[in-house]
Amino acid sequence: MAEQAILSYLETHEEIADSGNFAAECGIDHAEIVNAIKSLHGFLYVESQDIKKETWVLTDEGKKYAAEGSPEVQLFLAVPAEGSIAKDELQKKFDPAIFKIGCSQAGKNKWVEMGRQVSRKVVQVEDKVKDLLLKIQKGQVIGQVDINSLKARKLIVLQTWKGYSVRKGPSYAPQREKFATDLTRENLQSGDWKKLKFKEYNFNAKGPPSECGHLHPLNKARCFEEMPTNRYVESSFWNFDALFQPQQHPARDSHDTFFLKTPSTTMQLPEDYVERVKQVHESGGYGSRGYNYEWKREEANKNLLRTHTTAISSRMLYKLAQDTKQNGFTPKKYFSIDRVFRNEAVDRTHLAEFHQIEGLICDRGLTLGHLIGVLEDFFKRLGMSNLRFKPAYNPYTEPSMEIFSYHEGFGKWVEIGNSGMFRPEMLQPMGFPEDVRVIAWGLSLERPTMILYGIDNIRDLFGHRVDLDLIKKSPLCLIGIK
Amino acid sequence: MPTVSVGRDCLFAALGQTYTQEKFEELCFNFGIELDDVTTEKAIMRKECHLEEEADDDEEVIYKIEVPANRYDLLCLEGLAQALRVFNGKEGTPAYTLASISKESMLKIHVHKETSKIRPYVVCAVLRDINFDEASYNSFIELQDKLHENICRRRTLVAIGTHDLDTLQGPFTYEALPPEKINFVPLKQEKNFRADELMEVYKSDLKLKKYLHIIENSPVYPVIYDCRRTVLSLPPIINGAHSSITLKTKNVFIECTATDLTKAKIVLNTMVTAFSLYCRNKYEVEPVEVVYDGGKSLISPELSEYSMEVPLSYISRSIGVSLKADEVASLLNRMQLRAEKGASGGEQNIKVSVPPTRSDVLHPCDVMEDVAIAYGYNNIPKTKFPSSEVVSLIELEDLLRLEVAMNGFTEIKSWILCSYQENFAMLNRTDDKSTAVIIANPRSADFEVVRTTLMLGGLKTIGKNKNKSKPIKLFEVSDTVQLDGTKDVGATNVRRLTALYCGTNSGFERIHSLLDRVMEVMATPFVPIGDSSGYYIQRSDHAREFLPDRQASIIYKGKHIGMFGIVHPQVLKNFDIPDPCSVLELDIEPFLQA
Repeated sequence: MAEQAILSYLETHEEIADSGNFAAECGIDHAEIVNAIKSLHGFLYVESQDIKKETWVLTDEGKKYAAEGSPEVQLFLAVPAEGSIAKDELQKKFDPAIFKIGCSQAGKNKWVEMGRQVSRKVVQVEDKVKDLLLKIQKGQVIGQVDINSLKARKLIVLQTWKGYSVRKGPSYAPQREKFATDLTRENLQSGDWKKLKFKEYNFNAKGPPSECGHLHPLNKARCFEEMPTNRYVESSFWNFDALFQPQQHPARDSHDTFFLKTPSTTMQLPEDYVERVKQVHESGGYGSRGYNYEWKREEANKNLLRTHTTAISSRMLYKLAQDTKQNGFTPKKYFSIDRVFRNEAVDRTHLAEFHQIEGLICDRGLTLGHLIGVLEDFFKRLGMSNLRFKPAYNPYTEPSMEIFSYHEGFGKWVEIGNSGMFRPEMLQPMGFPEDVRVIAWGLSLERPTMILYGIDNIRDLFGHRVDLDLIKKSPLCLIGIK
Repeated sequence: MPTVSVGRDCLFAALGQTYTQEKFEELCFNFGIELDDVTTEKAIMRKECHLEEEADDDEEVIYKIEVPANRYDLLCLEGLAQALRVFNGKEGTPAYTLASISKESMLKIHVHKETSKIRPYVVCAVLRDINFDEASYNSFIELQDKLHENICRRRTLVAIGTHDLDTLQGPFTYEALPPEKINFVPLKQEKNFRADELMEVYKSDLKLKKYLHIIENSPVYPVIYDCRRTVLSLPPIINGAHSSITLKTKNVFIECTATDLTKAKIVLNTMVTAFSLYCRNKYEVEPVEVVYDGGKSLISPELSEYSMEVPLSYISRSIGVSLKADEVASLLNRMQLRAEKGASGGEQNIKVSVPPTRSDVLHPCDVMEDVAIAYGYNNIPKTKFPSSEVVSLIELEDLLRLEVAMNGFTEIKSWILCSYQENFAMLNRTDDKSTAVIIANPRSADFEVVRTTLMLGGLKTIGKNKNKSKPIKLFEVSDTVQLDGTKDVGATNVRRLTALYCGTNSGFERIHSLLDRVMEVMATPFVPIGDSSGYYIQRSDHAREFLPDRQASIIYKGKHIGMFGIVHPQVLKNFDIPDPCSVLELDIEPFLQA
């Protein structure tokens, strides 16, 4: 209301000279007018200038005397015009504070004779104090001597009054627009978000404090070095060729692999290494017969979305082999858990993308016995202790072992992963010494998870069709703890 | 992995013993093959025709057995049974021989040079005095199908033709001629066709049409003739009807035409080694001379054994079991590798002869694996390891995930692949062609692009969960991919954090709070604009997925690392989200670079 009064007034007037006067004229409390001015000023509807006025106002004591008369006059009037009154009796008629001040002031003014008996010395008196107080109350000006004496008796104090003079601002409009602070469901439903103007947000302040819990900082200990797997786009070279996977291998069909339109080919490969890989595919070497086919660089250059994290392993091992040439061989243990991609039709058990867990150990003198030992340890932590190993084929491992675990619920052996020792045709072109062996294993993250939580449709677990309640309600994974 | 279907009773007869299913599975498991399914011929028929009849008890049981992809010798009952018999120690590895006939009396095939334009190689062999029965005849045909589908890569690399030699007259010629010059009656047809007409006919043939592309656009087609100009075959499409084999065929002429000579030899060897079993002279194959223009010639098949010397120490040290040379030799013999103790100098070696059936053996490591299989993977004693450090990006990710979850946000795991529309138009964005990785061969529109923004998964999830009670608070820490000319492959992953709030209002302040909290745990102070010692928020209006009035850049140590804002109502509509929503998305890798 105050806001509208201001805006309307300025529509026809140049200026509100004094907000105090304006408030009085409108019959609105000045404080309310002031708030409206401040807010309008913030949005540049108006420009305002401070007005500061100093005035004397009555203290509580001053207000009382203005109404009832000063104590000295009250005391004088209580003394009979003729004769006298006993002081004790006079005292009974007054409040002690008034009596004290009254006696003192009336005595000083020589209005009464003070003793055991009190009597008038003059016939009549004027209540100058009361008159002055009333004048101040009415806003009239009085002399400095009188002010000083009233101030000394603490009947008046100086008060600073603040108000404004107001003119139109750069964004003046006769009607104030509503500013939104947030987008609401109603805005969306009614469609009025299109017209919405937002209140300026203060990005220079922090947001409201968040309500959350806090964990004790835990010390983590992991025994394997995690591979940097943040590389979905890979060349066929690192994904297949470096792994001694021949170029006609079915996995390299577009039926199984996502090839890329942009960027379609890789721009750079380590040339001397590429040459050794080509050699080993075409005609062997390092004790191998090779595949005896014409190896094509264009095939190796084709970019794809990695079909396994072993592409990362091949890069890591190549790096390690280069480092070995410089600084000698250091044994390594690597692991990774990350996304891989297959160009498969999506169904209850297949996804175009899933997670692969991979581990590998690179050292001299590793044996199949070590691999079996590591796998037993690894799967024990996942709660699977009854393991069996089946001979299998994998282009880049020899020997290769599929890992089976006995599933009590299904009452049968279930394949849970794949493993093996990387072929010399993969390791030696990288530059590893002949006696360095790499044992490696891999499995999908989804499969054991589905078995654990009894999920029969993988899409309930992963992707945007997920049921959010499932994520919220799924209990803690306690395998390996019990 | 290829699957071979064999009749259980035939297989057991060939193995010389019967098994319970459990015992047979055990045998398969130890040898490295897998009994995938047990069914019957009629059950397969019923399934194909969707019939619901009761099974008879006397139906022949079929075992579907999965074999390793590099063991072509196991693709038929004959090879499979032989491998298992040898594995069980019932017999030794057969020695395959070429019939000793003089070069003059040897069948010849002349290769014309035009074939180099389309399909340059051919290798041949003859199986003499063979005796087929129905089962072995069917197996012979099926093996060709299996080979065509596997090593032959749907006939592109190699195509097999088998013929009744008694209907033909050598020498043969392998030619490449313009299609209109080739005329013959193809298999399963009565009348004569010109090759180009035939290709038209096969366009509607379900089985053959997938092979037409191999020669269709070539000016010349490969063709094999006998000396009377009878067409044997039009490889890799079809054989001639004239020379087709039957149950009664006694002498089989096999030709393998190819673009890859090594694989042609493997295919031919696989055929003849498996089926020479049924010849009068068991395991004997009659060779054929392949004569090239210019006089160069080769004798096929090559059945010689490949010898390898493998140090005993290599085998023992790789497996982790100490073995004697005799033991290793006898273990290898069970894997169809003839082996004996050999001695070269101080170190003891195993001399291994690799028969033509075992093209998978390339390197001593393949020999070592066979020792391990025969020894039994599950008999190898396990060896224990002692155990080191963490890559900080992944650890950081874990810590941030915990922190955001503690702020009451629910973690999601969304897809990295998305449609082109989703990544651009649905977010009010346009493709500047310099950010996104595009898939060349998507199977569906869901997999056209690798996402360049992480908020996509969250928006899609909210869209699909709009009936859930509000507010919905989601987050994800994962990778997006950007084109990047500085990387060898031309693209790079960017690890990001996204958080979304959706409720009756947009929750913009909640998202702002979360950002403050993340910065707090990263020990980053809130600083005035322009100060690069901490983070500050700078108002923005250019990101079209957000409302212009409610979006801001996050500046971390002087660098723009992300944004937050109220999602633009048009974008909400695109994702079918009826309620207002705010999103935060930022790179987390800069936290490690500080």
